[in-house]
Amino acid sequence: MARLFRRPLPPAELLIRGVHVLDPRADIDEARDVLIRRGFIAELGAPGSLPVPDRGEVLDGSGRHAFPGLVDPHVHLRTPGQEYKENLETGTAAAAAGGFCALIAMPNTAPVVDEASVLSSLCDAAAREAHVPVGFLASITRGLAGEELTEMAALRDAGALGFTDDGRPVASAGMLRKALQYQRLCGGVIALHEEDPALSANGVMHEGAVSARLGLTGIPSISESTMIARDAAIAGYEDARVHFQHLSCIESVAALAAAKQAGGRVSGEACPHHLTLTDDVVRTLDSRFKMNPPLRSEEDRRALVEALRSGVIDCVATDHAPHARHEKEVPFEQAPMGTTGLETAFAALYTELVLTGEIELGILIERMTAGTALYGLATPRIAPGEPANLCMVDLGARWEVGANGYASRSENCCFHGRALQGRVVLTLADGGVAFRARMLAEAAAQAPGAIA
Amino acid sequence: MSARHLISIEDIDRAGIERILDRAESFAEVSGREIKKVPALRGRTVVNLFYEASTRTSSSFELAAKRLSADVVSIRSAGSSVDKGESLKDTIQTLSAYDPAAIVIRSPHVGAARLVAGWCDAAVINAGDGKHEHPTQALLDVYTLRGALGSLDGVSIWIVGDVLHSRVARSNILAFKRMGADVTVTGPPTLIPRGIEELGCAVQPTIERLGEADVVYVLRMQHERMHESFIPSLREYAARYQISAARLAPRQLLMHPGPVNRGIELSADAIDSPQALIGEQVKAGVAVRMAVLYELLVGTPVLAAVA
Repeated sequence: MARLFRRPLPPAELLIRGVHVLDPRADIDEARDVLIRRGFIAELGAPGSLPVPDRGEVLDGSGRHAFPGLVDPHVHLRTPGQEYKENLETGTAAAAAGGFCALIAMPNTAPVVDEASVLSSLCDAAAREAHVPVGFLASITRGLAGEELTEMAALRDAGALGFTDDGRPVASAGMLRKALQYQRLCGGVIALHEEDPALSANGVMHEGAVSARLGLTGIPSISESTMIARDAAIAGYEDARVHFQHLSCIESVAALAAAKQAGGRVSGEACPHHLTLTDDVVRTLDSRFKMNPPLRSEEDRRALVEALRSGVIDCVATDHAPHARHEKEVPFEQAPMGTTGLETAFAALYTELVLTGEIELGILIERMTAGTALYGLATPRIAPGEPANLCMVDLGARWEVGANGYASRSENCCFHGRALQGRVVLTLADGGVAFRARMLAEAAAQAPGAIA
Repeated sequence: MSARHLISIEDIDRAGIERILDRAESFAEVSGREIKKVPALRGRTVVNLFYEASTRTSSSFELAAKRLSADVVSIRSAGSSVDKGESLKDTIQTLSAYDPAAIVIRSPHVGAARLVAGWCDAAVINAGDGKHEHPTQALLDVYTLRGALGSLDGVSIWIVGDVLHSRVARSNILAFKRMGADVTVTGPPTLIPRGIEELGCAVQPTIERLGEADVVYVLRMQHERMHESFIPSLREYAARYQISAARLAPRQLLMHPGPVNRGIELSADAIDSPQALIGEQVKAGVAVRMAVLYELLVGTPVLAAVA
């Protein structure tokens, strides 16, 4: 059954000339002509070798890179109920501008996605409004209250890719165990936001020297890592499949590595903000830096990068969490948790990790395209016969985050004002053109051989 | 002239602190006169905006502004538009219409004063923001100690009690260090924040070595900020950490920011002992706050602009 939904787009007809194709899974890392016909990758050829097709347009890819379309297994699109923060249209426009060709949206909306009827109408709405394909997780417990299981089987039938109470932990080990047992009936990955509320209570930032200085209540790293260890043990006992969301600290990396070592069916994700920033920036008390889990220490950040590099952490997820300006324009303790991330994920990681030599570009691309396969979806590939899921990026382009506004409805981006390098100029999602930078649109109109 | 504020002790260097203290000494003289007023701020408006209960800080700021001849508006959250759900930003924009020269703000939230500084043209004075800072308390404490000792250089100051919930502790550690003192904090381990050493202080788990202190600065047990059990009982706290006359060496000075929980963090005999500077601290409040207002609104800059 269909588990990804997007609005109808005309199938792309496109020849990209001489673009540097980098697809680590296909083992391609060189300049190619890429021909796209009826929304599928028809042919890859040496630069200049493919003839101009009789229909469609020709884009000059020289000086640019083409990657498999990025995927994001963790976004908050705020629909239904909080459309003043974001909606399916704006959230997926932000994703397309960031080079993403598939998203998985979290169920902590208002109402919560805990009933098949809510999920069905959401899938229908995505099929009308989404610029890129979106899949949905349903909640594990009704109302995210942690007390009763949702009708997980009915939710799976209605299209749920899996389940999560994201935004909150499943605090009760007994409750989680029941969900993991029930997974044998209904399938679907169970994704976990790990946080022991008895340890994180009232915390607003990482517990450490900076929280001590600022007088802000800290969230200790062990509030996350002890829950990962607990839940990996329960999942192992039940032979269940679990995915650990937004790891933030070195202790969590160790807990995930131990669970993998023990043969557990576990995976994990890390977010661009945790991979590039530390709690030091919270000294500014800018509420854009308030998120859950919080930005942690440099030691934690390095451990996350190393785990992403080695594969202990399987993929990048943005945890794109839009909030309205009036909600964030308050003292730090009162502001809601969350940063947007779809429009900046690639550039932030490229600038802060690849250009600094912390991680190789090929590994970054692999990790940024791995998140949806964890939920049983196809991995985007640049290979003949595959649906066109790719992004074209100008790796030399420098830009200031937010200087020209955001495609997202919200502006609470933790990279706001930063100079980043690497700009997405074209996104093809499931065969259609989901995003095209203005400069590319103009260049295409003037290019010789271009056919409107 | 660019906007200048007092948000954090980090905004002022040692020379700046000394200049405020010198100015405060000259204003202390005014408080001894029959007519306790100077015309320095005549025709200018000072707004006191208090989102938390306060007696000594709010009254001393009000008195300080009045003694400088400013027009003073004092707003408390109870019974104001704040009570009706108005956001801090909207309140500040409303008050800005009165063109205040200074806004004095106390808030239960860390960073509130800094936000206000970004939203208006007035000089902003932080009168306490959550557990973060209370810089004018630190200045008046340094003023009091300088009066008693002449200098803080090399002086050993022990801060005793609920450091976790204390903005006074944070500002005072910074101010005492800037003035050359050595600072040690002690208290129940559950009330000492992890990482507090970053502020440059030592940490002791007990008061066993309290005899090393020249000054014992006792913090208020903040029941009102405690939503959970940080200590088994006040009785056990008092048994381990209460400062009594018997626990003080004769040469040691005793301070407390007030209001005191008599019989909890301090015994009655300690409060009433001649070693206690608690009354001096209160007296210093008005003169030091006059000096801060004066330096911000009239004097040449001693305070760094807040970004």
